[in-house]
Parts: sequence; structure tokens; C-alpha cells
Amino acid sequence: MLRLERQEAPAWFKTILPLLAVAVTLVIAAGLVLLSGASLADTYFYFFVRPLTTRFSLIEVLVKSTPLLLTGASVAFAFYSGYWNIGAEGQLYAGAVAAAWLGVVMADAPSLLAVPIILVGSALAGALWALPPAWLKTHLAVDEVVTTLLLNSVMIFFVSALLNGPWRDPVTNWPQSPTIAEVAQFPRLIPKTRLHLGFLVAVAALVFFWWIVSQTSFGLKMRAVGRGKEAARFMGVQVNQVVFKVALISGGIAGLAGAGEVAGIHFHLIEAISPGYGYSGIVVATLGNLHPLGVGLAGVFIGLIATGAQTASRALNVPSYLGDVIQAVLLLTTLAMFVLRSYRIRLRRVVEST
Amino acid sequence: MNEALLISIVALIAATLRVATPLLLAALGETLTERAGVLNLGIEGTMFLGAMVGFVAAYYAGSLWLGVGAACLAGLLTGLLMSYLTVYLGVNQHVSGIGITLLATGLALYLFRLLFGDQQVPPQITPFPRLRLGNVFGVATPIFEQYALTYIALLLTPALWWLLNRTNFGLNVRAVGENPEAADVAGVNVFRTRLIAVSIGGAFMGLAGAFLSLAQLGAFTFGIIAGRGWVAIALVIFGNWTPGKVLAGALLFGGFQALQLRLQATGFQLPYQALLALPYLVTIAALALAGRNASYPAALLKPYSREA
Repeated sequence: MLRLERQEAPAWFKTILPLLAVAVTLVIAAGLVLLSGASLADTYFYFFVRPLTTRFSLIEVLVKSTPLLLTGASVAFAFYSGYWNIGAEGQLYAGAVAAAWLGVVMADAPSLLAVPIILVGSALAGALWALPPAWLKTHLAVDEVVTTLLLNSVMIFFVSALLNGPWRDPVTNWPQSPTIAEVAQFPRLIPKTRLHLGFLVAVAALVFFWWIVSQTSFGLKMRAVGRGKEAARFMGVQVNQVVFKVALISGGIAGLAGAGEVAGIHFHLIEAISPGYGYSGIVVATLGNLHPLGVGLAGVFIGLIATGAQTASRALNVPSYLGDVIQAVLLLTTLAMFVLRSYRIRLRRVVEST
Repeated sequence: MNEALLISIVALIAATLRVATPLLLAALGETLTERAGVLNLGIEGTMFLGAMVGFVAAYYAGSLWLGVGAACLAGLLTGLLMSYLTVYLGVNQHVSGIGITLLATGLALYLFRLLFGDQQVPPQITPFPRLRLGNVFGVATPIFEQYALTYIALLLTPALWWLLNRTNFGLNVRAVGENPEAADVAGVNVFRTRLIAVSIGGAFMGLAGAFLSLAQLGAFTFGIIAGRGWVAIALVIFGNWTPGKVLAGALLFGGFQALQLRLQATGFQLPYQALLALPYLVTIAALALAGRNASYPAALLKPYSREA
């Protein structure tokens, strides 16, 4: 008979688990689609196929993926080392604030200087916002889940205070920061589209992630800490040092996502600069199995869902929030299915014990 | 004392109780959940779903109390899903909590849009009236003129204390939150106890959301929760996982927000966001001060498995 045994599942099975999760998600979401009165086939076509069929929408998928790839890389980098950074959202906003400020003050700098400074500045801002929880964790053993989470709200209040105070647009009186200088705007990768330098930065962040974990001794230490802090300490790893560096790098990568949205898309800071990219980063990291390549694929897939949600909303009048639901169901089914990673299905004869 | 000052102090206290109600309800639910060893970051989304379901049920059924019941049920079911994932499957609590928040939020937005379309002015209902306890309080009367749900929230605080400290179930909850192995050996069903605690906690969170849509606003808006779930998470820590201190914290944080609304109305210059951020900063400071000695339930965040 079939039996579940508690043992490592075979590698091929672990690899296809995310695909299984996608399949289960589509079945669960089908009920919600039918509630809207739209045809299931049409809706899923507009969600998952249509955006890939035209050049414009294909590029738009990559545009939408850009911040998700960065927050996904940020979260995965931290989770890989067992540091539960739930603060990518706040760190993204910190990076966005830095980009909006630098983009205005560097109006007279050459573009070759302004753009790199924005990238460095926003990464530093993200790392700075990740610093208090990291310090509290490594020096006072304060759990990082709650501190990183709460600092998200603090940063968003700070942005709101800036935009309704000193940075309020003097002309329109809208709560948005002044437009950044042209030299500070990220170059377009493809002319006349919204695809900007940030996408390459995101790819570079994933390559960096891959390089660190697979090619450096620091990556080995990260893995050891992620597997178990006690064992890592026993092996002679300076656990706190590793955690501290990982937390700051994770914050820095999330800060870059903020730079991309300000200097690549909006050209000023607004309160709604992120519709929750930091939290979606947790979806991307989990779905991507905390692996750089997996995160890359998951980021583009979530980008596809975000684009598809708008296509389906326009064409079929299915509320675009369906995309958010699918994303969330995908996260939960992935988590649930990952439990199967530590089981093997065995065909064997069971000897009845008497 | 100056009559005008007295009146404004009374108004501030009355407003504090109103502002504190949803924070208190949600934080009580989270207290029960965390005492059983589960951190439920699904709180923000559960409140949002509760606010939506409560409103929709009241709108179509024409009964506010039916709305309250529906919101509790929605919260209960959300808690059930959370506990299935974290208690039975042993999935990572913080990640599934964020997942629950994303799911409940998305679901509420999707269903509300399906039902009401994209309207400029959100649909309205007549909200709960305020109940005056009596006219014997003189100038302090406004303090005793609150929504029924506010009184219920205040009564639920000692009720939860009693449940946790004076009943068998409460003993079990504390046991599975502190030392599940020992509880299991003693014959407590760890899984079922956690499931019940997380589900009841979810119902509290749904109720907290319903207070906002059915009493405070009489409508459901997309920004209705606005981070109150995260404040509740902070409150539970600030309140040291005990109902009485959680109530004190809710009144304190509610007081900050009531004050902020007042200052904003008088055109006071300090950015009001500073006062809104205060609960978070105070909680982080409290965590830093307590450091290693913070009295977290010992098994918080740790899934229990008989095989391990």
C-alpha cells in the first residue's frame, strides 16, 4: 500500500513542488472567478497567456517584476540565513526617500554620476532602516519578526509626514515630492517603454545572491546559520556577525527596489509608491524556494499575475484584486506543499503489528 | 477647575475609549493566540475581512447584530485556516501569517468589488447608536455614552483573564504555549488546544473589524483598518501578554490617537504622523529594554510535532 515516510523527498519532486502549488492555486481560485460570472477559460487566458503575446505587455510584465525581483531577493537572502526580515516594505520606502532626495539635489551632476549615487544612496538608506532590528537581534536578542514589521509602519508614517509637510508639491499642493532631475532618471533599457535600469539592477542582485551563496565562504556560513544557529556556533561560525551583515545586505537590496520605483517609474515620491511589494517579496522568496534562480522565475511569474490582473479587469470586468488573491493563495499552498519536502511516498507492504 | 478644560478632558477620555475599542478587541484575540504559542500576523487582514463581512451581512440582512455575528464567523474561519497551516502542518508562523493577511485583504476587496462595483461614494448603513448608561454622571456623561461593542470589549478583558487563569481550558492554553512537550505528556491535546485558541482569537479580530464598519463608520472603506492590526501586535508585547496590561496599553495608545485627532483639528504644528508612529516606537523600545528577559510565551513561533 501507499505510505508516507518521514524522509527527504527526492530532488525532482522538490523541484516540481512549486508547479504543483500553482496548479492547486488555479483550482482554488477557479471558484472565485466563477463568482464574478466571467468564463474561467477566458479569465485564465487573460491572466497568464495574453500578457505574453504582445511586445508591449511582455515588457510591462518585466516592469512589474522589477520591484518584486528586488524585494524577493532581499527577503530570500535574509530567510536563507534564518533571519526573518518582514521589513522589506519599510526598507523599500527608505530607499525611495533617498532616491527622491538625491534625485533633486543632484540636478547639476552628470547623469553618469547621479544614477550610481542614487543606487548607492538608496541601498544605504534601506540598510540603515534594517539596522535597528539587526542590532537589537544581535546585541539584545530581540526577535526580528516584530521589530522589522513594526518599522514598516513607522517608515510609511515618516513618508506621509514628509509629503504632507516639507516635501509637499508647492505648485499643485499634492502630497508628492518635487520631480527629480532628468539626469537622475534611470535610463530606459528599451526606448519608449517603461523598462528601466532597475530591471538590470534586479538581475544583478540575483546574480550577486547566487554568487555569495554558491561561491564564497560567507555563503557557506549563511547556510550553516540558516540550518541551525547552535550547530553553526559549534562549527566556529560567528553567528551574530553573519546575521548582522545579512540583515543589512537584505535591507540594501530592498532599498534598491524603492530607487527603481522613484527614479525609473514615477520620478517623484508618493505615499502609494509600493502597493505592498515588500510583502509580495515574501511570496516571491517562498515560491522561489529561497534559491536565486527560483526567485527570478517566481518574481516574473508574480509580475505576470499583476499584469494579467489588469488585463482581465479591463477585458472581462473581473476585479483586479483577483490577482492579489491568487498571489496569497499561491503563497499558502506553496507553504503547505513544502511540508511534503520531508516526506517520501513509498509503495510497500505493511506488516501488521499485533 | 476651568469648565471648558473639564469638558475637553471629558471629550478626550470619551474619544479614547472609542479609539481604543478595536485595538483592544484585536489585541485580546492576539493575546489568546500567542499564549497558545502561535503568532498570528494574519491579524491585519482578518480585521479587514471582518469589517467587510460584517458590513455586507448587515447591509443585506438589515441587522447590525447579524453583521457582528458574521464578522466573528469570518474571523473564526480565518483563524481556523491559520491554525490548520501552523498547528497541523507546522508551517512557518510569520510567513503564513503574512499570507493570511494578504489572502483576507485580497478576498475582502475582491468580493466587495463584485457586490458593489466601483462606486464613488461607498454604500452606507445606519451604524450602531451610542448607549448612555445614565444621566447621573453630570459633566462626565459623554464618557458613559459609548457603543455597545465598547462596553463588550471592556467586559471581554476580565473575561479573557478569567478564561486564561481560572479555567481548565486556560491552563491548557498556557501549557501548550509554554511547554507543549510537557503538556502532551500530561494528556493535553496540543493541536486541538492551539486550534481552538487561534480560532477564537480570530473571531475577536473579526469583531474588531466589525466595530469599525458597523459602529464607527457605518460603511466599509479600503483604508478602514489602516495598520490597527499591527498596533495590536505591538500592544500584546507592550501588555506583556496579559489582558489587564493590554487594556492599559490600548487606552494609552488610544489616548495618543484621540489626542492626535484633536491636535490636528486645532491646527497644531507637530506632524500628527509622529503621534501615530509612537505606539510602534514605544513597543520597540520596550522590547529593547526587556531584551532577553521579555516574557514571550516560551513556545511562541515553534511548531509542535510529536515526531521531532
